[in-house]
Amino acid sequence: MSQQLAMSHHDIYQLRRGWRLQWEAIQGCHVILYPEGMVKLSATAGAILEQVDGHQTIGDITAILQQRYPGAETLADDVVQFIDEARSNGWLAVKEVHCG
Amino acid sequence: MVNLNPAAEATSPPLWLLAELTYRCPLQCAYCSNPLAFTRYQNELDTEAWFSVLRQARAMGAAQLGFSGGEPLIRQDLEALVSEARQLGFYTNLLTSGVGLTAQRVDALAEAGLDHIQISLQAADPELAQALAGSAKAHANKLAMAKAVKAAGYPMVLNVVLHRHNIDQIGDLIALCDELGADAVELANCQYYGWAFLNRKALMPTREQLVRAEAETNRWRETLAARGRDMSLLFVVPDYFEQAPKACMGGWGSIFMTVAPDGAVLPCHSARELPMTFPNVQETSLQDIWYQSDAFNRFRGTQWMPTLCQQCDDRDKDHGGCRCQAYLLTGDMNATDPVCQHSPQHGLLESLITENATITSDQATLIPRNARQSKLLQTKQLQGQAESQSSLAAPSPRQLPELIYRQ
Repeated sequence: MSQQLAMSHHDIYQLRRGWRLQWEAIQGCHVILYPEGMVKLSATAGAILEQVDGHQTIGDITAILQQRYPGAETLADDVVQFIDEARSNGWLAVKEVHCG
Repeated sequence: MVNLNPAAEATSPPLWLLAELTYRCPLQCAYCSNPLAFTRYQNELDTEAWFSVLRQARAMGAAQLGFSGGEPLIRQDLEALVSEARQLGFYTNLLTSGVGLTAQRVDALAEAGLDHIQISLQAADPELAQALAGSAKAHANKLAMAKAVKAAGYPMVLNVVLHRHNIDQIGDLIALCDELGADAVELANCQYYGWAFLNRKALMPTREQLVRAEAETNRWRETLAARGRDMSLLFVVPDYFEQAPKACMGGWGSIFMTVAPDGAVLPCHSARELPMTFPNVQETSLQDIWYQSDAFNRFRGTQWMPTLCQQCDDRDKDHGGCRCQAYLLTGDMNATDPVCQHSPQHGLLESLITENATITSDQATLIPRNARQSKLLQTKQLQGQAESQSSLAAPSPRQLPELIYRQ
């Protein structure tokens, strides 16, 4: 995890094995669950992570969310920023990374 | 409507359930956090009762679930419990010594939907492991099972409880975990509750040992990073050596509950040693216990706190520290945790550390956690009570730890 490459819109991520995203009705939010821990996610983070499925590229995810939330102007940045954060938290595994 | 319980209004739902399936265990670790009197609670909840506990806790909002003990693998219905828990949506963790685990069982548990297995190691070599846990075969089996767990694709967290007899092996321990392919290692110095409190004088490391071990851990972090190896190392210092108390369990009755083998519901797995009565899930619903019981409301909020804590800026951060630690060290469960540097009893810890540095103890002085010792300790406690009553001395809540110390 020491060398963090810049992300490209073609990159594909998935949740790391053993890490799980789940909607918690009682808390009213998505949570990410992992060995002996959990993190409550904001609505934006939950919406983004829901799309991180090992098939869609970062570009795909941005497009889908843009369609769903047309008013969100900084969405493309939000997606990149959050996925970067999730990656450095060790929540994600790389499925495919495109250099350059 | 009249609000009978102002504390309940602010109470948030539980997030964590620790299911202590049994107090039975093939090992005899002298630092076990189970209650000394564990043999008193022989009636284990059956499978249906555990199903009910799981359903209730999940409906209340708990999402993380630990299966623990004793040794949870002793329960033949473990796979059934895992399966039910997973279907309910729990993230399921198995906290095990690895004894009783086989490659077939690793697969069966994976099939049942188990999310994570944490195996604990006692030492880096079989000889010391045997001296600490009382089993000749356990160490080899643990290593084999750690490999099987990894091979089955689980994220693997290895846990080592550190104390004065194994802390100097820390480099070898980390190397072993690295070799086994661990994703994370918890190098947790033992905290002094239950059997560890009983044995604390023989378990406490010296300050020098702690400093060396932490430095060695840091060197390993650099080595691992340089190799690009992703294995996180968590080093936990014993509370006794700290200046600020921990926010124990995130606050009493805030996010965590333990259901003990007999169905007693506790705010943490050590609370059973406090001079209080805890409700049982066989008599009361988990919902009522969490929101309404005296036991769970007892140390919520700040009203119960001593003035020192009430006036402190950190009161909402550390919640006055750990109630069990306050009780074990001062005899008063309402006291400020003596780990806090502002506690009038903080000096107790300083003297303990200094005094202990001069004691030499070997593993032979450890009292093993087993049924025989548990019964013996209970008999001693009863004798002690009888003696103090006949001499008309007021029975002090300190009695239990004090008495045990005398043997």
